[in-house]
Amino acid sequence: MTVSAEEIDVDRSQMKVSDDVAIQITDMNKWYGQFHVLRDINLTVNRGERIVIAGPSGSGKSTMIRCINRLEEHQSGSIVVNGVELTGDLKRIDEIRREVGMCFQHFNLFPHLTILENCTLAPIWVRKMPKREAEERAMHFLSRVKIPDQAHKYPGQLSGGQQQRVAIARSLCMNPQIMLFDEPTSALDPEMIKEVLDTMVDLAEEGMTMLCVTHEMGFARKVANRVIFMDRGQIVEQNEPEEFFNNPQNERTKLFLSQIMGH
Amino acid sequence: MTSSPHAPQSVAYVRTEDAPILPPPANTTGLYGWARRNFLDSMTDFSDVGSSVRSVLMILLTAFLLWFGISQIWGLIKFVFIDGIWSNPTGARREACLTQAQGGLLPNDQTVGACWPYVAANAKLFIYGRYPMAELWRPNLVFLLLALGLVWTLWSRMPYRKIGAALMLVVFPMVAFVLLTGADLSAPKAFWYVWPLATAILLGLGWAGGKGMGGEAVKAFSGAFWGLGLFFAYILVFALAATMNWGLNSVTTRDWGGLLVTLVVALTGITASLPLGILLALGRRSTLPAVKILSVAFIEFWRGVPLITVLFMSSVMLPLFLPPGTSFNDLLRALIGVTLFASAYMAEVVRGGLQAIPKGQTEGAQSLGLSFWETTRLIVLPQALTLVIPGIVNTFIGLFKDTTLVSIIGMFDLLGQVSSTFADSSWATPVTRPTGYLVVAAIFFVFCFLMSRYSMSMEKKLRRGHAR
Repeated sequence: MTVSAEEIDVDRSQMKVSDDVAIQITDMNKWYGQFHVLRDINLTVNRGERIVIAGPSGSGKSTMIRCINRLEEHQSGSIVVNGVELTGDLKRIDEIRREVGMCFQHFNLFPHLTILENCTLAPIWVRKMPKREAEERAMHFLSRVKIPDQAHKYPGQLSGGQQQRVAIARSLCMNPQIMLFDEPTSALDPEMIKEVLDTMVDLAEEGMTMLCVTHEMGFARKVANRVIFMDRGQIVEQNEPEEFFNNPQNERTKLFLSQIMGH
Repeated sequence: MTSSPHAPQSVAYVRTEDAPILPPPANTTGLYGWARRNFLDSMTDFSDVGSSVRSVLMILLTAFLLWFGISQIWGLIKFVFIDGIWSNPTGARREACLTQAQGGLLPNDQTVGACWPYVAANAKLFIYGRYPMAELWRPNLVFLLLALGLVWTLWSRMPYRKIGAALMLVVFPMVAFVLLTGADLSAPKAFWYVWPLATAILLGLGWAGGKGMGGEAVKAFSGAFWGLGLFFAYILVFALAATMNWGLNSVTTRDWGGLLVTLVVALTGITASLPLGILLALGRRSTLPAVKILSVAFIEFWRGVPLITVLFMSSVMLPLFLPPGTSFNDLLRALIGVTLFASAYMAEVVRGGLQAIPKGQTEGAQSLGLSFWETTRLIVLPQALTLVIPGIVNTFIGLFKDTTLVSIIGMFDLLGQVSSTFADSSWATPVTRPTGYLVVAAIFFVFCFLMSRYSMSMEKKLRRGHAR
């Protein structure tokens, strides 16, 4: 279910890619048991980049971005985030997770906490922020995703689109420098996809470094500065969106695009 | 979509006006509707042979259940109230509940029900056992504090419930211990050197780790050091309280009995088995092999042995392993046995809850930078424990009733204490046993029923947030 590019208004004036490296993945490999899920991944992400990662299911897109905040462990090669290398050291992992926000396909909001508590939990416990300040901050971001009036409800009382926007606000409360999106609109009804994409566009317009696994090709065209295509655990092709969509080089990319754009 | 008779029978159809909103048919609502749904429909259908047979069976079954239930309840009411012996003006003993033919005071044609003079005469024994009469204010004060504390912490409308809970968990056990025993214990001299030192070291390591000092190991385990250090400190304070001279006469636990023992064993077991069970459940899911193996071994061992065996072993076998001359309080042994036994069951109940929490919850918390313990405490456990409240309370209720087993190692809990009076010839009548057992059953029922109702109200309250 894709939203056509024409429906999204994008102001690209603030989207600037700097020379600073945010994420550096070098010769990274990962196995699930005997199965080689990620093969020879090399990727450099500069600050301010908006990268869309596309590919057929099972191609390792999600696994790759989950490696960036160590929800998945890689077995060889290196991943450096904000100048910190990811190893087994728990302190460093927590340090990176504080700076890298993530949104999931199924939102993963905490159902036993109110929307406001969902947003203030991490600032209070991880950043040791006073409760009042954390709540003001949470209300600020809830206003930005346009649901301040739901602050005292529980996640179960919100629609899917609202829940995903809360999840984005929850991540933003930690003031992350990088945002990872793992199929943020795949579990949503068509009428709710747009409200989540709009929020993501707002974020991009403010210059956030973003990595999005998504099938929203309209979003990729309008917002991304780079589209990466993965297949069978490898990065097969990457390019600027226009080139990527209009002039794909690899056979598998062509096949994928013809299937996804076919209707 | 079914088309109504007024709709045009074609593919194209446009509704021009809203269908009216109607109330439900009268015979589906209210008392009549309820009765119709629940019994009448299944009893009044005689349209064919099968339905008629079913209706007749339903009528017979309903009539039988009504007759059976009413006659049982009536029998109980008759035994307890109508035939029960309530007055004993002469202060007689067994004679008060025997007919003249049996050597008593009652007319020969009287049906004798519950013997309440027997209960009244033994009430103190049932509640306190052989606790010295002059000191009864002490258990009474403990009961009062317990009741007040429970109302404070368990009733959702009370203010400062967290403070109440902390007082109940930390201060109340000490107060109860001092009041009930008289606290004239003595600890070996070495304890006063070794224990404070160990406490200081643990707390020091916890503090240093938290401040980022010391090696990697100190940092990684600073939380564990804190936890263990606080536990040690608590034991130290407890030991200080237990060895101080409070000016109270000491009362040996051999003189405790009745409801007092039942409540002490049950409440200690309940409060200690939940945290222990949670730790064991987390341990069983740990990725550290040593922790996992220890937890599994502990749980399987205690679940694999009957409680009676545990109690027997604690009273008969444990002394064989202790150095000669050391004594170990009977009640304390039973407490430890019951607690460890219950915690193994609790661990499996909690593990069931932990398994029901989707992995996304942990990932969501981790992606925000919460540590393992923060994730466990703030995200996983609150949800997991809410899910398994019925199982937890089930274990509590089972534990409460299992306390009756301590009577086999020579301790007199409520049931044991009541049973002991059956041997008293001065109250030997045909109705003594039924009366005694009825009292025991009633008291146990009240406690278990209260626990059950409280758990249900808590489930309802906590489910609010999850409701969709």
